[in-house]
Amino acid sequence: MLKHRVIPCVLLKDWQLTKSVGFEEFRTIGHPKVTAKVYNKRNVDELIVLDIDASSSQKDINFKTLSDIAKECFMPLTLGGGITSLEDINKLLIIGADKISLNTIAIKRPDFIKEASNKFGSQCIVVSIDVIKQNKKYKVFNKNLGVIEDLDLLEWAKECEALGAGEILLTSVNNDGKQCGYDTELISLISKEITIPIIANGGAAEPMDAIKAIKSGADAIAAASIFHFTQYTPQSIKKALLKEGIAVRI
Amino acid sequence: MIAIVDYGMGNATSVKKAFDALKVESIITSNKEDLKLANKILIPGVGSFGDAVDALHKLDIFQTIKDEVLLQKKPILGICLGMQLLAESSEESIDKKGFGFIQTTCKKFDITLKVPHVGWNNITHNNSILFKNIPNESDFYFVHSYHFEEALLEASSSLEYGYTFTPSIEKQNIFGVQFHPEKSQKYGLELLKNFGDL
Repeated sequence: MLKHRVIPCVLLKDWQLTKSVGFEEFRTIGHPKVTAKVYNKRNVDELIVLDIDASSSQKDINFKTLSDIAKECFMPLTLGGGITSLEDINKLLIIGADKISLNTIAIKRPDFIKEASNKFGSQCIVVSIDVIKQNKKYKVFNKNLGVIEDLDLLEWAKECEALGAGEILLTSVNNDGKQCGYDTELISLISKEITIPIIANGGAAEPMDAIKAIKSGADAIAAASIFHFTQYTPQSIKKALLKEGIAVRI
Repeated sequence: MIAIVDYGMGNATSVKKAFDALKVESIITSNKEDLKLANKILIPGVGSFGDAVDALHKLDIFQTIKDEVLLQKKPILGICLGMQLLAESSEESIDKKGFGFIQTTCKKFDITLKVPHVGWNNITHNNSILFKNIPNESDFYFVHSYHFEEALLEASSSLEYGYTFTPSIEKQNIFGVQFHPEKSQKYGLELLKNFGDL
């Protein structure tokens, strides 16, 4: 049986791996290579690393550091941040990425999702959707572009799937780094609209949050703070999921 | 030394770094002489069957690999598309011929479940030499749309995804795994180590 995944999701900023809080403050997690090594040792199902320097300051993608990270990973690795061309994707795959996460370019030019999935296969293309809740309404958000008022969230999720995205990394901006639990209402809303897997991100504080997210329709859960600022490990979360009868790789 | 065949399809680097971590000597190559010098051959691969066959012919190493495996009896491990190339043909590219080490045609998944089959899934293995020290029902990482049929004579494991298929084969010096050992954490590395120890 296919397994539900528990995935550390971290940001590369100023040559360090960090974790954001509400997309604004950043807490340093550690040295990229060392942190990747620790995740690998802990037998995580997958790792997501987003190069936010490349995405927000329009610097070049930090291939060197991402490559150092990839060298430590013997599990599927998703890389993203600052991608502007198919050539960027190709380079990231060559250094050892298995999947590529798209965000800003997908919003600016949705057809890029199609071009990328046609060339590399949909299993390789993850579209990252950041969602902000304002006045009880969910809106598509982007760190560089702000709230995208003319993009309806549900329509956007469906469009991403139609264009060939293989997975959606669904992040709640409000819950990001707050350790207040996943936004299960959001997960449930999106999972009813699309058939591709959803990786829920933002808010995990304890194993129960992972259970709730998966029961709300998430295929996988991503997290960072819980692994670095609490006693929980990916393995302890998976053990809790297993106890609930949810298939995981132990 | 293991020759990891570089034919521009898929990630030879990931396999190389796994062997490096295991301290097993390997090189990435598309050179005939290297293939003849190596004592084992590994074919990685992501992409389509037809493109892979064409690429191997274009590099003029298709026959070399075949000879090294059939005449010199060198152990070969095909990973993912590399396993499919061990077959005679594939529904993906019906006009192309694979190595034909295993007499079968790769099928496309004909199921209601999601295709490609992507993610961690547990296999039931028969303790073939590649699965030494790997508990049965261990999970491996899969990404594929085509597969070997179930109950092949050469099957060394089985897996149900929509229906039962063959995720790994073993026939004398010929080995294939549909999953990615280089991405399957400790048991994946164990499998590569077992191949290195042959």
